[in-house]
Amino acid sequence: MKIRSSVFASFVLLLEVVGIVLFLRGFFPVPVKSSLASKSQLSEQPLEPLTGSPPNSSRLPPPLFKRVVIVLVDALREDFVFGANGRTHMPYTRHLVEKGSSHSFVAKARPPTVTMPRIKALTTGSIPGFIDVVMNLNSPALLEDNLIWQAKTAGKRIIFYGDDTWVRLFPKHFMEYDGTTSFFVSDYTEVDNNVTRHLDSTLKRDDWDILILHYLGLDHIGHISGPHSSLIQPKLLEMDDVLKKIHSALISKEAEGSLPYLLVLCGDHGMSETGSHGGSSEPEVNTPLVLISPAFRRKAGMEKPVVVEQVDLTPTLALGLGLPISQNSVGRVIAGLLEETSMRDQLRSLHLNGHQLSCLLKDSISNYEKGFEQFRVAEKAHGNWMKLYLEGNTSEVLTNMGKKVLKQYLEALAAMSSALSKQLGKYDMYSMIVGMVFLFQLLLVLLLAMPEALCGAAVVDLPVLSAMFSLPFYLLCLLLASVHVLVCTSAESSCYFCSLSWGLVFAAVAFCSAMFCILISMATRRLPLGIKSPLKSSGSGWQLSELDILLLVGTIGHTLSLGASSFVEEEHQTWYFLLNTLCLAVFQDVCRKYFREKSASIDEEELIFTSKDHPSPVHYKADAHTEKWLALATPPFSLLCCRLLRSLNHTGVQWAHLPDVGHWLNSSEHKTVLSFLSAFCLVLIYLLVQRRCSWVSKVALALGLIGVYSYRAAVGNVLFPWQHSSRTASKGTVEARFVYVFVLGILFSGTKDLLRSQVITADAKLKSRGLWEIYSGLVLLVSLLFRSHNLPVLCCSLLIQTLMAQFIWKKLHYDAAQTTIMHYWFGQAFFYYQGNSNNIATIDISVGFVGLESYVEAPAIFLTALSTYAGPLLWACHLICYLSSERDRSPVALGHGCYCLALLRSVPAAAYIVLVTVLRYHLFIWSVFSPKLLYESMHLLITAGVCLFFITMEQSPTSSKS
Amino acid sequence: MWDHEIRAMASTHAIIASSVFMATVLPAVFVPGFSVYGTHLVWLYSVSGAVTAVSVAVFWLLGITPPTKKHTLGYKLSRLFRSCLYFFLSCLFFHSVVVLYGAPLIESALETFSLAVLLTSLTTLRCLCVLGPSVQAWIRVFSRHGAMSVWDTCLQITVACTVVGAWLGAFPIPLDWDRPWQVWPVSCSLGAMIGFLTGLVGAPAWIHYHRKQLTYKSK
Repeated sequence: MKIRSSVFASFVLLLEVVGIVLFLRGFFPVPVKSSLASKSQLSEQPLEPLTGSPPNSSRLPPPLFKRVVIVLVDALREDFVFGANGRTHMPYTRHLVEKGSSHSFVAKARPPTVTMPRIKALTTGSIPGFIDVVMNLNSPALLEDNLIWQAKTAGKRIIFYGDDTWVRLFPKHFMEYDGTTSFFVSDYTEVDNNVTRHLDSTLKRDDWDILILHYLGLDHIGHISGPHSSLIQPKLLEMDDVLKKIHSALISKEAEGSLPYLLVLCGDHGMSETGSHGGSSEPEVNTPLVLISPAFRRKAGMEKPVVVEQVDLTPTLALGLGLPISQNSVGRVIAGLLEETSMRDQLRSLHLNGHQLSCLLKDSISNYEKGFEQFRVAEKAHGNWMKLYLEGNTSEVLTNMGKKVLKQYLEALAAMSSALSKQLGKYDMYSMIVGMVFLFQLLLVLLLAMPEALCGAAVVDLPVLSAMFSLPFYLLCLLLASVHVLVCTSAESSCYFCSLSWGLVFAAVAFCSAMFCILISMATRRLPLGIKSPLKSSGSGWQLSELDILLLVGTIGHTLSLGASSFVEEEHQTWYFLLNTLCLAVFQDVCRKYFREKSASIDEEELIFTSKDHPSPVHYKADAHTEKWLALATPPFSLLCCRLLRSLNHTGVQWAHLPDVGHWLNSSEHKTVLSFLSAFCLVLIYLLVQRRCSWVSKVALALGLIGVYSYRAAVGNVLFPWQHSSRTASKGTVEARFVYVFVLGILFSGTKDLLRSQVITADAKLKSRGLWEIYSGLVLLVSLLFRSHNLPVLCCSLLIQTLMAQFIWKKLHYDAAQTTIMHYWFGQAFFYYQGNSNNIATIDISVGFVGLESYVEAPAIFLTALSTYAGPLLWACHLICYLSSERDRSPVALGHGCYCLALLRSVPAAAYIVLVTVLRYHLFIWSVFSPKLLYESMHLLITAGVCLFFITMEQSPTSSKS
Repeated sequence: MWDHEIRAMASTHAIIASSVFMATVLPAVFVPGFSVYGTHLVWLYSVSGAVTAVSVAVFWLLGITPPTKKHTLGYKLSRLFRSCLYFFLSCLFFHSVVVLYGAPLIESALETFSLAVLLTSLTTLRCLCVLGPSVQAWIRVFSRHGAMSVWDTCLQITVACTVVGAWLGAFPIPLDWDRPWQVWPVSCSLGAMIGFLTGLVGAPAWIHYHRKQLTYKSK
């Protein structure tokens, strides 16, 4: 079966996407779940252990607290309270920590340190999977067993004010609530005032048991200006005042005889040195946890806070309120809090916690002996202690024995908890391997087809039919099917691939064996050719230039570098480095062309002049002269651009905290500079893009770019020259929609031109204009979505594209493969220039709300993906425009380009999958490698889309010829 | 073929390599607290100084430098002046290339410039010694099939090795190992040095093994 190489490449890419999705499904572990469908109930609590006599008591330890107030401050970092500045930033809290009756801890949050997974962790006590990040914004109701549900079922009345994620997670759980949205990150006063305004009236009342406050302002300040900004201190003082107000109200309400109150101050996650969060660096993970209650001993002075897990708060609160611990909780109760209660209650609480953990352990891990045995021993000792206790023994022996049992319990809890946490790193290997096999078969086919795909005809001959009707194919099908049955019947843990329907599995098996047969037959066809080829290559035909070597070494080297976590974190450095080297290599090529070959070419030129009798040779020569200097200036200019862009956004980990130009531009003092810069960039974008558009598109583009500026002005990023009054920042919805209209208009006119060129006239000029219009529509959309300080990135990319296309790629006769690799490298580098990194935290989610009143899933995801991958996309689109304009030089350029792009994308993706599988027990697997895996898969998907676009572009010559 | 030249080249390279070695060892004996990582800049200067002095002396003694047309003192002085100018310009060139590669512009400018001086003394200085201060000859040698003598080939190899060594030396910088040699510009200058030494050893060896294939067209 003969297919064109572009169709072949896109087809392979699409199938690779399927493979990688299967891999991802196996890689991201399913969270630890108890097998019980229902939620824990008070009546099902285990009995108090007692050896010997039958009347086991089902007595539960009495609740410790009557009322609980939880003040959750988003992104409250540990050193904001316990650090050196804590005394000035939060004086009252610090006083309570040092002198008051309180317990303070450093609670370690698990990555991903994003708000919703953290809320889930705090309420269910389980550790939500990484994939929860992706679901961060649209949170359906939490169905798992959780603290809030337990409290509600027990008849506690709960009031909630703050982030409306809670309201969506726990619908109908709160007696009273007021949710605030966190979409408009630039607002950091209103969100908190909306919470605090309810406080006075609520604190006066007596009709509630649990009050939860979630303050977002601090997090927003962190996102805007980082943890060292001047805005932090006033915000922390405000939080301190809130705490003081609540504390004094609670003290005044306290009545003799009734149970005491509990005031909890905690953070959901910390804040990195740049102010973002999501990763696993120390400042992001460490949050303060301060528990204040008259039930605790008064502190004498500042002690170093003990480190606990964030999920430990859940069982502690549950026991403190006399509620059952939620089933999936992996936390262990904080023993320090129970100190003041009787030994019997302490042991009972630990027993309850241990029982819950052991049930979870039994359900989720097949070999659970270690911690479980410890727990059994402790339980037995507990029974013995109870016997002595009930006999009325009050001697020293009882106390000592009690202490020993307590210690045994704590050890058992620690062992079980860590075993459960480790369980979260368990992978569905079978699905992963199947995904990997898919990907590698496709990659091998892609590689084996290289000589055919890059030849003059750009047609790949796939022996599909012969493979389908061969005996090995059926044998392989049978073999794989039996392997599948064997694996699925013997697997202990759940496996995604086994749970698929039989039809799908059979399709996969057939596909796998067909690919295998195709591979074998292609390889045998290549083999004799492979022996012959060295003879050929030793001749003059096949010689690699320095540039080819660089492109090859760079691609392979980058793929290999992904194995080191530092190189993944700092991948932008690799790309900047390679891009610089590329520019220098191109510079050397240009120099060679214009200096070395001068003597030869001058002769030729003179020959032309004399033979053709050129009308004005002087003019021509002058043009050639300026062109030479422009060509010589292009690579250094690109280098300079790249250097400037590099200092615009510092990403990565090691050097991300250094001040960069982007922050400088975004600070409020430099608003004028930013306004001028963005206006200049928009004008430049217009000048660069409008050249090849029709006049309608030109007008639309100009209006659209004006709309972009007014949108930025409406949002409050830039200044309007004639509008001095500081109007309140609106959402700019009208302006953004205005721009969307023009984007759609330009895209429509481009598509119309393309269709006309394809169906009616087959006019190459019309077609290239249509392509360029689609490209300019994309540019306009991206300029709307980019933050204003990122507009220079767009501007520089357009500038470099224009110059390179005009003076380098055309003039130096680079072939389609070389051009494609260069475009790919530039695209990758620009992905990082715009401030992205391999960390989830750098995705700019606010883009999803440009021009929308509220969160709508589909457009939000589309816009976010588009703006995140704007760099690679723009360069790929430019590649299509460039290659199709070069069609007269080489008619199969588009096919070659598409094939190269597919190969360039699949090699790192396939290699990375293997690396991730090998490194699956690496320390940084969740913080560094998994986000990169998500980025890789997304990039694969987007490249598959671009390749489909390539096919539609390539379609026309055949249809017009036929 | 070329036996005489290869022997001369090997001994020259041995002398230069031993000068590098001495420049590393001698300060360690005489200067208190000297170490390659700790007082990296001192090492850098001592090595560049030694390589400069020894190369100039050796190549002057060997007389490889193309014969000058005039023998007047003024002409020689102008050649010397131009050589110094080229040396300085080449330092600036390397400095700007390193900055373009991402070295900080203002802070640690001294370190960057020292690296540029080292690279210049390892590469440009050799060009000056072998080819003299003529840009035309440099461009000729560094374009494909441009070598016209064994010495040109040797120059190509050593310069390429040094530059590639410095290029490779930048790779360990982002790794989070916190080693003393990851500090800017230690790894790059060490890479350049190792590349240079490899070139010194490799160039005569390569030429020796390819002496049958080597053909040079004369002007």
